[in-house]
Amino acid sequence: MVDITPRSLSTFQLQLRRFAQNRLAMISVALLALIAASCFFGPFAFPFTGEDADFDFIGAPIDLASPHPFGTDDFGRDLLLRVLEGGRISLAIGFLGAITAGFIGVLYGAVAGYAGGRTDRLMMRMVEILYGFPYVILVILLSLLFGGGNVALFAAIVFTLWLTPAVIVRAQAQSLSKREFVEAARAGGMTPWQIVLEHIVPNCASVVIVYGSLLVPEVILSESFLSFLGIGIKEPQASWGNLIQTGTAAMDTDLRLLLLPGILLALVLFCLNFIADGLRDAFDPNDR
Amino acid sequence: MLRFVGRRLWEGTLTLAALVTLTFFVMRLAPGGPFSKNRKISPEVLEHIKAAFHLDEPVWQQFARYVWGLLHFDFGPSTRFRDYSVGDLIASGLPYSLTIGFWAIVVAAMVGVALGIAGALRRNTPTDYVAGILGVVGIAVPIFVIGPLFQVVFALKLNWLPVGGSDQGWRSLVMPVLVLSLPNIAYISRLTRGSMIETMRENYVRTARAKGIGARRTLMKHTLKGALLPVIAYLGPSTAGIITGSILIETVFAVPGIGRHFVDAALNRDYPLVMGITLLYGALLIVFNILTDLVRGWLDPRARGNG
Repeated sequence: MVDITPRSLSTFQLQLRRFAQNRLAMISVALLALIAASCFFGPFAFPFTGEDADFDFIGAPIDLASPHPFGTDDFGRDLLLRVLEGGRISLAIGFLGAITAGFIGVLYGAVAGYAGGRTDRLMMRMVEILYGFPYVILVILLSLLFGGGNVALFAAIVFTLWLTPAVIVRAQAQSLSKREFVEAARAGGMTPWQIVLEHIVPNCASVVIVYGSLLVPEVILSESFLSFLGIGIKEPQASWGNLIQTGTAAMDTDLRLLLLPGILLALVLFCLNFIADGLRDAFDPNDR
Repeated sequence: MLRFVGRRLWEGTLTLAALVTLTFFVMRLAPGGPFSKNRKISPEVLEHIKAAFHLDEPVWQQFARYVWGLLHFDFGPSTRFRDYSVGDLIASGLPYSLTIGFWAIVVAAMVGVALGIAGALRRNTPTDYVAGILGVVGIAVPIFVIGPLFQVVFALKLNWLPVGGSDQGWRSLVMPVLVLSLPNIAYISRLTRGSMIETMRENYVRTARAKGIGARRTLMKHTLKGALLPVIAYLGPSTAGIITGSILIETVFAVPGIGRHFVDAALNRDYPLVMGITLLYGALLIVFNILTDLVRGWLDPRARGNG
């Protein structure tokens, strides 16, 4: 007799399936993928770079037939290309920043939650103190300390954003550390580090995915916010923040400079928020 | 209660002390100095200027001097605005920032709660969708994009309001307040809607209805009281968002508040001004969080004691 067992699905597969059924979230994933792909690969299609000035087209308006379909800025630099290049930086910092901040937060929280006792109190005390700091101030000061530039900006943003994942994971780790399988692992002779890495961290995965997805828009927003103020990424390198800033300065004569980067940034943030909502609905059992 | 406030104030003081220390040393370690952007001046003059601001002393001595000044409520002189002390500059900028921040919170709380209630009472109707869309827009579109767009539409095209500045009384307040409150309207309406829907299912609400209390009275006296708790809990931390926002708003709308002062000071390495504003922001944050917890404890006995 042929043994027919229904193919069993893991919780993770079920969650993914639930996420895939969320139409708004799937549209957002597709749109975000499209924007990301055009930001990363689009610039290669241009015969010039975003820092090349074209003196025949200075402040050119939108003209789909010309070599600069969305026109140029006051220096004759291609606007579309600059926006795409800016998106590359913003998206890269956003995703890498969220992953790094999430990684630090998860590890910190897992260690604190599993260790408990005095270690936990001390580690969480530090988090509390950092939480008491005004976030912007910290980012601004840190990006000054690291001397400006992309890496400095990245470090400053990561340094301020790992706190929330740390707190969330710590709560999870605390309840996990009292479960039987952790006790079994301890009885079996695993070292604390092995337990943290092999049992605590993987079991926090769904919480991390949900909150990590909220980190990405936060990092992107921080980056563009700082660049807008003139502290983050500086000219001539483009970023959505400093492009919007340039656009603001010229808004009474030429709205295009403000609208193109502004709309793209808003679109990306929309998508990321919808994706985060979708992930929360699919992964967070408390919300059902 | 008194013990609770005392403990929180003590913790707040510790946080502030850590903040002052960190900010002080981060500022000094950051490359550049307060006078590195000046026109070329002779080394002797520079020496004299540095000596006048005690910048020639070892860093720990400067730190001790600063802390000693703080204990006497002396924030020191600004290194950029000659003849102004940090206290003067903060006193001149703070009223603008506080007015905008205060009204932004008021508008956000009122509009956000109203939208949230409307959405929860009329779930899945056009009202709910409009409130939902507004919520998503407020969260996703950064205020430094919305702000300039408002300026283009309401100031440049329609000519209803001034583009920026602060010289036209309430008229110059409208746009900054509105734009600053938008993200908070979004958060608060989402929060209110969610917790209203949850509270409407609570047993005590059903009991109130079963006792024959009218729908309106149940809503006002019973549901709202429970549903607004998370909203009130959010108001404290939202101060941080208002601070972030006000820095942007003051830049976009050219308001001479302390947010703009802070960015300029940080860029120009005006050490004492940066320190003073950081301290002020930190203190504001702590005070608002304590106030929030107090109000919560007052409304919800379950939140007392473990806060």
